[in-house]
Amino acid sequence: MTAVLEIRNLHVSIDGKPILKGVNLTVRQGEIHALMGRNGSGKSTLAYALMGHPAYTVDEGQILFDGQDVLEMEADERSRAGLFLAFQYPVAVPGVTLANFLRAAINARRKQANPEDKGISIQEFRRLLLSKMQMLKIDPSFAGRYLNDGFSGGEKKRAEILQLATLEPKIAILDETDSGLDIDALRVVAEGVNKLIGPNLGVLVITHYEQFLNYIKPQFVHVMFDGRIVEEGGFELAEKIQEQGYDWVAEKYATT
Amino acid sequence: MSEQTQLDATQQLAEIKQNYDEKYGFHVPERYVFKAQKGLSREVVAAISEMKGEPQWMREFRLRSLEIFYRKPMPTWGGDLSGIDFDDIHYYVRPTDRQQRSWDEVPEEIKYTFDRLGIPEAEQKFLAGAGAQFESEVVYHSIRKDLEEKGVIFLDTDSALREYPDLFREYWATVIPPTDNKFAALNSAVWSGGSFIYVPKGVHVEMPLQAYFRINTANMGQFERTLIIVDEGASVHYVEGCTAPTYSSDSLHSAVVEIIVKRGGRARYTTIQNWSNNVYNLVTKRAVAYQDAVMEWVDCNIGSRLTMKYPAIYLVEPGAHGEVLSVAFAGKGQHQDAGAKIIHAAPRTTSQIISKSISMHGGRSSYRGLLKVNAGAVGSKSNVVCDALLMDELSRTDTYPSIEIDEKDVTIGHEASVSKVNEEQLFYMMSRGIDEDTANAMIVSGFIEPVAKELPAEYSIELYRLVQLQMEGSVG
Ligand SMILES: Nc1ncnc2c1ncn2[C@@H]1O[C@H](COP(=O)(O)OP(=O)(O)OP(=O)(O)O)[C@@H](O)[C@H]1O
Ligand SMILES: [Mg+2]
Repeated sequence: MTAVLEIRNLHVSIDGKPILKGVNLTVRQGEIHALMGRNGSGKSTLAYALMGHPAYTVDEGQILFDGQDVLEMEADERSRAGLFLAFQYPVAVPGVTLANFLRAAINARRKQANPEDKGISIQEFRRLLLSKMQMLKIDPSFAGRYLNDGFSGGEKKRAEILQLATLEPKIAILDETDSGLDIDALRVVAEGVNKLIGPNLGVLVITHYEQFLNYIKPQFVHVMFDGRIVEEGGFELAEKIQEQGYDWVAEKYATT
Repeated sequence: MSEQTQLDATQQLAEIKQNYDEKYGFHVPERYVFKAQKGLSREVVAAISEMKGEPQWMREFRLRSLEIFYRKPMPTWGGDLSGIDFDDIHYYVRPTDRQQRSWDEVPEEIKYTFDRLGIPEAEQKFLAGAGAQFESEVVYHSIRKDLEEKGVIFLDTDSALREYPDLFREYWATVIPPTDNKFAALNSAVWSGGSFIYVPKGVHVEMPLQAYFRINTANMGQFERTLIIVDEGASVHYVEGCTAPTYSSDSLHSAVVEIIVKRGGRARYTTIQNWSNNVYNLVTKRAVAYQDAVMEWVDCNIGSRLTMKYPAIYLVEPGAHGEVLSVAFAGKGQHQDAGAKIIHAAPRTTSQIISKSISMHGGRSSYRGLLKVNAGAVGSKSNVVCDALLMDELSRTDTYPSIEIDEKDVTIGHEASVSKVNEEQLFYMMSRGIDEDTANAMIVSGFIEPVAKELPAEYSIELYRLVQLQMEGSVG
């Protein structure tokens, strides 16, 4: 059965300040969506709220995933249910290696599926990790490095996609995974994402650049303005934004 | 290696939900061949010496030390010592008449205790020698044959006094005299047990020697005394572990450890202390390192009500190197006042201090350090890093670093940081499916990793497990 992520009239505030003001969006497993919009329009806020960041308060609306009420779930439960967020700014955890971290994440999933599970064997995990690293052209030595600690901007983004590839979620949100990558890295990451895309993965790509979208070819493009999704269309909408910027959106929807 | 052990420890988290009481806090019925009356007096001290059949000089040393103990005031700094009632302590408890070299011959209940703590198993797997002290006496001691043949001495301190009187007397109390502090004086008066190690010139003891200290009786004072001599170009790694049952009344553990590392020698002293929360742990540890010698203290302070411990290294000849790596965990009702003391007394001496403390559930940790560079210690280098991690708003951490530099030509680095468990780190980890407790445990494991990775795998697993056990909050 295809999993569906359904966002209905979502209102989110931070420290009492309203940021999202009624977002509606549906992403199905197997679909590729792009979310664009000016700096500060609320894209990352939507991503964090979907994943359950405690600082983001949902004031109104619903998030349903696979028929479950996501708002009732903690971040870890959402993840185990099949949601994934590739962070715009991944956080460093000194002293915890990337490999340990991923293994703990895999084991958390296995434990959820079967409380008796003893965890993935070292050999199996190593094989899995190495093959995914190869796909994303990540040096195997990264497995032993502390999570995002001293990683360059581009390395962090690659590590996010490595986690995506390893954890195999149903719906993934990529928050500006393309920014900070050099041209070659962008291609590698985009090709990596492309390999993961298929009937089992739905993707919501947040980006400012058409270039990344050229690689992964979204079927749906949404434009956010001031906490709402105001324009929707196909790939041509992304092209229009690339050519004309957002001024026309602002003119059309500014509520002064 | 550490990557593996850290994760294994995290995985064991689910399996070690049983609390301290079950795992370490059990006690066996008291059965002893002699138990001194509570309280301290010349008679008690003389009786201990008598019972041990000591030479006259040691008896006098003890009595002199007792006078010093009486004269010295209680320290007014550090932690709250007002809970210690010196009249309410048994200073000497002899659990058995004879020490054994085979576990089979150790009395049943004592053997049961150490079996449960996994000591005989550890000995078989990865130790070059093991000792076990129960109450005041060492009940078991053994060293691998090949090391014995090379002249390595690994004995309990009482036996060493009998069997190697000259060697013993040459070094005894030369590093820590009874006048050093009130608790060193107390130990000097009533000491019993501990380890005596001598490693002859050029001999390398590849695997660790371990001693395990166990308090079983309530209101007991344990005063072991350890003396380690590493001769020129030799090396040794000594590990001590400690536990006690949880009683409502308090126990006192006040050890003295002296180490001498001669030219080109190398000593590492690792402590994995896991006292129950009713133990006052007031320990004096000091080492002297001669030319090009290396001395390392790896000090993991988990548990106890109050720990006051500042392992010291005197770098007295050129090229000597000293290191103090420590981890302290202060949970509910606990105060860890720990640190390090390093004296650069010769040219081109180097040192490093890394101190990591975690405070949780209202616990309090303090770093208290002294770094001193004497005039003339040209070209010396030292680096001090102390990091504190606060797990909640109830807990507290302080640093009291003291640096005295009387020489211009030196390189000194000092960094201190206090961090709180970071909401962004937690969210990031949880967003990958890891539950909050495990995420917290992983953050803490990561925090102590720089010290844990220095330990042999078996001990770093133990350290991670003990810290996680404390984090469960089931203790206290
Ligand atoms: N923790 C916070 N505290 C206060 N305001 C915040 C916080 N996080 C976000 N905001 C505000 O919410 C608004 C939306 O921010 P958000 O990060 O969602 O924008 P974005 O669309 O992702 O922008 P960008 O394209 O620059 O990444 C901004 O005005 C931002 O300043
Ligand atoms: Mg953003």
